[in-house]
Amino acid sequence: MRLTINGVGQELDLDIRTSLLDALRDHLALTGTKKGCDHGQCGACTVLINGRRVNSCLTLAVMHEDDEITTIEGLGQPGNLHPMQESFLQHDGFQCGYCTPGQIVSAVGMLDEAKKGWPSHASKDLDGTVSLDNAEISERMSGNICRCSAYPNIVDAIRDVNEKGAA
Amino acid sequence: MRPFDYTRATAPQEAAAMAAAGATKFIAGGTNLLDLMKLQVETPEKLVDVTRLPMKDIVAEGDGLKIGALVPNSDLAADERVRRDYPVLSRALLAGASGQLRNKATTGGNLLQRTRCYYFYETSARCNKREPGSGCDAIGGFNRIHAILGTSDACIATHPSDMAVAMRALDAEIETLTPDGATKRHPIADFHRLPGDTPNVETVLSPGELITAVHLPAPLGGTQIYRKVRDRASYAFALVSIAAVVTMDAGKIGTVRLAFGGVAHKPWRNEAVEAALAGETPSAALFDKAADILLAEAKGFGENDFKIPLARRTLAAVLAEATGVSL
Ligand SMILES: Cc1cc2nc3c(=O)[nH]c(=O)nc-3n(C[C@H](O)[C@H](O)[C@H](O)COP(=O)(O)OP(=O)(O)OC[C@H]3O[C@@H](n4cnc5c(N)ncnc54)[C@H](O)[C@@H]3O)c2cc1C
Ligand code: SF4
Ligand code: FES
Ligand code: FES
Repeated sequence: MRLTINGVGQELDLDIRTSLLDALRDHLALTGTKKGCDHGQCGACTVLINGRRVNSCLTLAVMHEDDEITTIEGLGQPGNLHPMQESFLQHDGFQCGYCTPGQIVSAVGMLDEAKKGWPSHASKDLDGTVSLDNAEISERMSGNICRCSAYPNIVDAIRDVNEKGAA
Repeated sequence: MRPFDYTRATAPQEAAAMAAAGATKFIAGGTNLLDLMKLQVETPEKLVDVTRLPMKDIVAEGDGLKIGALVPNSDLAADERVRRDYPVLSRALLAGASGQLRNKATTGGNLLQRTRCYYFYETSARCNKREPGSGCDAIGGFNRIHAILGTSDACIATHPSDMAVAMRALDAEIETLTPDGATKRHPIADFHRLPGDTPNVETVLSPGELITAVHLPAPLGGTQIYRKVRDRASYAFALVSIAAVVTMDAGKIGTVRLAFGGVAHKPWRNEAVEAALAGETPSAALFDKAADILLAEAKGFGENDFKIPLARRTLAAVLAEATGVSL
């Protein structure tokens, strides 16, 4: 099967059962994307598919042959960090770091959703105006669990990027 | 995960025909099916990938809307027409799962997601839904999340969807295509089944029947509320939820639609509850009377007994909010 990861086309010969997450980690050595639960419950495996954040553990690699997949490695690299990566460093948005790639990729996808005017469960109105306060950020990021509970700094890091309009 | 064959369908009719026979399943978002396949709760021999089919649009249709079966939950919740005309549906979708899951989960797959009963997920447990005739470990077991209405001696599981509860209040219709090419429309009231003696049969769909769209009738207006009570503030299934559409007419309740989640094997609606409210002056006593009707046959199984008073209080809170009465 043919996958496009971080702009690079890859030809792979995989068992049809391979999840996108296992394809990335075990076959392409892109181990930035983490496996927490393997059941859609933790968000550690979050990647962008055609710009939208999804759980890579709950989809088959073969289902994404025509899609553009972006992982944490594709967002930024050492020396060329994405603003969200910078902000997590600045705000100390992690402790052990295991959930961090998923948090960062999810946050990038989330800001894009907010820019499109998508409402959330925390939104007072459904009129398409979004103002990302702490309650909104927490709700929109609830698919990313942090076992170390670094949540306050994660929220700060994301709010900062949003306020600077940098992502 | 058990091995399976994988085929990508290019046309709806082809997909239905491919799934007509054998242990074949459609796969859309995959967020429920793959979860269950990893645990070998689902063991299809063949998967038909329907994600390339042209069922991705939301289009106006008369006074209503036609929602393609592949429309992701997040797009449906954010659609301007849905936000404006069917806010109870937006709210229900936004109360479910997470941002990442809603981006993948589809309208058709959401309707067919399976119960979160612990014993259904645990292949060493007895479960009539997973293995007909084996028994039900939830009865007399851990059943905090289980049903209080419409249960049977064979199964007390709930349907976990939030979206379907709002669609039940809105009287949606589910359009399907059968392997022999017939188009059908199932009112959502009849779509999901109660467990009875065959909890493994969850809907009226026949083998290979493909959901192609969901139709919403003309908007109802009024105040629309989706209230979900759960163990944590986000990213958890409903213990009890209510989708409500209420109009007021000179201080009295006009029309009212109420559908309930977390309480039964299907989105629950009891028109007698609505009839008791329509045309009346809202009050705490009236809401209590409505709850009496709703819960007349409610039955707890131990751990889930709390759902009976919880449903009563949630109903009162929702009706108070919708009618402007303070409790
Ligand atoms: C951690 C977690 C939390 C969740 N929380 C919630 C929640 O709070 N509220 C809630 O409502 N849901 C919740 N969900 C469930 C989620 O909404 C469902 O998994 C999702 O809606 C299923 O859609 P899908 O497209 O991924 O379905 P799939 O997994 O692709 O399919 C599900 C079923 O539908 C069938 N199917 C799919 N499309 C069609 C079609 N067009 N025609 C016929 N059959 C079809 C498949 O064969 C399969 O049997 C949660 C899920 C997870 C993993
Ligand atoms: S409640 Fe239903 S799904 Fe749960 S164990 Fe009993 S039969 Fe199985
Ligand atoms: S590993 Fe995918 S959500 Fe936990
Ligand atoms: S930093 Fe340790 S899990 Fe989040």
